[in-house]
Amino acid sequence: MTVWIKDGEVVDPRRGVRHDDLIVEKGRVAGILPRGAFRRSGEGVRVIDASGKLVLPGLVDMHVHLREPGEEYKETVSSGCRAAVAGGVTAVACMPNTVPPNDCRAVTEFILKQAAGAGTARVYPIACITAGQQGKTLTEFGDLAAAGAVGVSDDGLPVADSEVMRRALEYGRFHGLTVISHCEDRSLSEGGVMHEGVVSTRIGLPGIPAACEEIMVCRDISLARLTGCPVHVAHVSTAGAVALIRRAKEEGVPVTCETAPHYFTLDHEAVAGYDTRTKVNPPLRTPEDVAAIRQGLADGTIDAIATDHAPHSPLEKELEFDRAAFGMIGLDTFLPLVLQLVRDGVLDLPEAVRKCTLNPSVLLGIEGGGLEEGSRADLTLVDPEMEYRLREEDLVSKSKNSPFIGMTLKGRAVLTMVGGRIVWERDGTHPDSR
Amino acid sequence: MTRFEHKDLLGMGQLTADEITYILDTAESFKEISTREIKKVPTLRGKTVINFFYEPSTRTKTSFEMAAKRLSADTTGLSAAGSSIVKGETLIDTARNLQAMNPDIIVLRHSSSGAPALLAREVKAGVINAGDGINEHPTQALLDLMTIREKMGRIRGLRVVIVGDIAHSRVARSNIIGLTKMGAEVTVSGPPTMMPPGIEAMGVQVVHDPREAVRDKDVVMVLRIQLERQKAVLFPTLREYSTYFGLDRGMIDRAAPGVLVMHPGPMNRGVEIASDVADGPASVILEQVTNGVAVRMAVLYLLIGGSKRDGMD
Repeated sequence: MTVWIKDGEVVDPRRGVRHDDLIVEKGRVAGILPRGAFRRSGEGVRVIDASGKLVLPGLVDMHVHLREPGEEYKETVSSGCRAAVAGGVTAVACMPNTVPPNDCRAVTEFILKQAAGAGTARVYPIACITAGQQGKTLTEFGDLAAAGAVGVSDDGLPVADSEVMRRALEYGRFHGLTVISHCEDRSLSEGGVMHEGVVSTRIGLPGIPAACEEIMVCRDISLARLTGCPVHVAHVSTAGAVALIRRAKEEGVPVTCETAPHYFTLDHEAVAGYDTRTKVNPPLRTPEDVAAIRQGLADGTIDAIATDHAPHSPLEKELEFDRAAFGMIGLDTFLPLVLQLVRDGVLDLPEAVRKCTLNPSVLLGIEGGGLEEGSRADLTLVDPEMEYRLREEDLVSKSKNSPFIGMTLKGRAVLTMVGGRIVWERDGTHPDSR
Repeated sequence: MTRFEHKDLLGMGQLTADEITYILDTAESFKEISTREIKKVPTLRGKTVINFFYEPSTRTKTSFEMAAKRLSADTTGLSAAGSSIVKGETLIDTARNLQAMNPDIIVLRHSSSGAPALLAREVKAGVINAGDGINEHPTQALLDLMTIREKMGRIRGLRVVIVGDIAHSRVARSNIIGLTKMGAEVTVSGPPTMMPPGIEAMGVQVVHDPREAVRDKDVVMVLRIQLERQKAVLFPTLREYSTYFGLDRGMIDRAAPGVLVMHPGPMNRGVEIASDVADGPASVILEQVTNGVAVRMAVLYLLIGGSKRDGMD
C-alpha cells in the first residue's frame, strides 16, 4: 500500500517548508517529490488531498501524564494516546507519577503493553529517579532503560537532596537516560496555589514565588556544571529561569529545557475568577514572564515545547481553589497554541515545528522528528486556517480540565499517521486502529 | 436613587462607591431597630437565611443571625463540624442540597479564598461572603466604613492606617478596597514578612514601622494576629511582635487628634493591641460590633430585594 499525500506544504525542521508531494510506503517516507513528479495511481495507491494543508512531522510531546496505572478515571494510556493523535501528536513521553509510580520494570512494561494495545501514538515512559518518588534511593536505571524507559524524573515531587540529584545525573548518563527536573523548592512553595504577585495579593490566594523555580534551576545548573552530565529542566515558567538557563548555555553547561503552551499564552490574570482549570504547577506567571518565555523560545534558550498534559476529573477540580489539584490538559490544544506563536511572529514555522518534534526527539534519544526520505511516517495533516471556539465536547482527552474552553483557536489536525497507518481523521474515525 | 441589583455580595471589589454609600445609608436607617424595646420588624418575614460557617466564628455568625432575626427572616445555622462536610461531601454537593431547600440567602464563612464565588455559581439563592480564606470579608469592611462615617462624618480624605498581618488578612483586603473606593488615603503597616508583594497596586502606601505609620492618621485599624493560621516563621515570638508592632498609648499619641482605634476582633490583648488602648477613649471597637448588625441587616434586605419588594408584598 502506497499513500500519496498530494499537494501539501511539507514542513521539516531542517528542510523548511516546501510545496511537495509526500509518498509513504512500508511505514516510512519513501519520497518527497516536487508536485507532479509522482504519477502512479490506481490500485494500491491511496491519494490524500493535502491542498491547503500543512504536512508536519507528528508532534513529540515529551511531558504528559497518562494516569495509568492507578487513575484510569482521569485518563488511560489508550485515551491519552487518542487525545494525542487527535491533536497531531504521534509520540508522548509519560511521567512516572502514576499509582503505583513507574519506578520499576513491571510498571514500565505494563505501560508499554497498554500502549501497544492502544495502537495509536508511540509511548515513551519516563521512570522515577528515586524509588517511590521518595527522593532517597535511585531506581534501577539500567533495568528501566532495558525495559523501555527513555528518561527519569521525579516530576512533581522533585529530588530535594542535592547529593541524590548529582548521582542521578551521573548515573543517568551512563544508561543513556535523560534526566528531567521539575524545578521547585517545595519549602518555598508550600501552601501556595498560584503565582505570588499582584494578582495573588489582590484576590487573596497564597502565592508561589518565581524564586522557588529559580532556586532549583540554579542548583541543577550547578550540578550539571559539576558533573558535566546533562540535565533537562521541565516546564520553565519564569523570566529568571530563562535568564539562568541562557547564561548557563553560553557557558557551555549541558542544560536544556522545555516550556508549555500555557506559559507563553496565559498569565496570572487568568486565575482572577478562581477557575480551578487555571490552577497549574508551576503557576501561570506575569505578563513579563510570558514575554520572557517567548523571547527564550525565539533565541533558542528554550529547546522544546511540551504540554505537561495533566488530566484531572471533576473530583479533583470542582472544588475550592486551594483544595483543587494542580494541572491542565494540553494535548488537545498543543497544535493551535504553537501555531499562534508562528502567527505572532515569535518563531517561524520550521523552528516552531522543530521545538515540538526534532528537538524533543533528540533530547529523549528517540527516532523521529522530521520528514525526510527514510523517516518514519509519523506525521499529521493540519488545516492552519480552521478556526473554532473550543467546546468541552471537542476535547478528546478523558478529562476536560482545559482553561482554553470557550476560547477561539486556529489550526487543527485533520489526519494523523503513525508508522504509515492513519490513526486519526477529523471526522473522528480511526480507520486503521485496532 | 442608586439601585442595588446584585444577587450576591462576594466582596468589596464588586461594589461601586455609590453602592457602598447606599448600603451604609440603608444600614443607618436599620440601626435604630436594634435600640427598640421590640427589636423586630416584619420586613423579611417568610424569607430563609442559612448561616453556613465552615470555619469557627462567634461574632460574625451571631451578628448575621441577629440581623436576620430582627428582620423576621427564618435562620438556620450550619457549621462544618456538624455537617456532612466531615463525612466527605464537597462544597458543591452541599450547595446543591441547600439550594434544594430553597433558601433566599446563604451566608458563607469558609477557609478557602474564592469559595463563596464557587457557591454563588451553584445556587440560585443570594450568597453573602462572611469571610473567605485570606481574600475578603466585605460585611466587616462595610461595618468599619459605617463606623468611620458615623464618627468622623465622612470617609473621603481621611488618613487611615491598617496595622498587622496584611498578607493573610481578609479584613485588610476588604477594607483597602472599600476605603480607597470611598476616597480615603490608606497606609498599611506591619513586618515585611506579613506584607504581600505588589500591595501598592491596590492604591495603598506601605510603611513597615507602625510608629511611623500612625503619625497624623485619623483612623488606626489593628488586625488580629491569627495565631491559628500563622506559619511559625512570620515573626519570632509574640513578645517581639508586641514590642515592635503592638499598638500602645505612645503610638496613639502620635496619631491625629481625635483618632479612632478599630479592631475587627477577637482581640489578643497585649499582643497586637494594649489593653489601655482597646478600652481607651479612642477605641470604637464595640461600636463596630453594634454597626455590624445594622450593616448585615442592610445587606440581607438589599440582596433579598429591597427595591423589588416595594409594592410587591
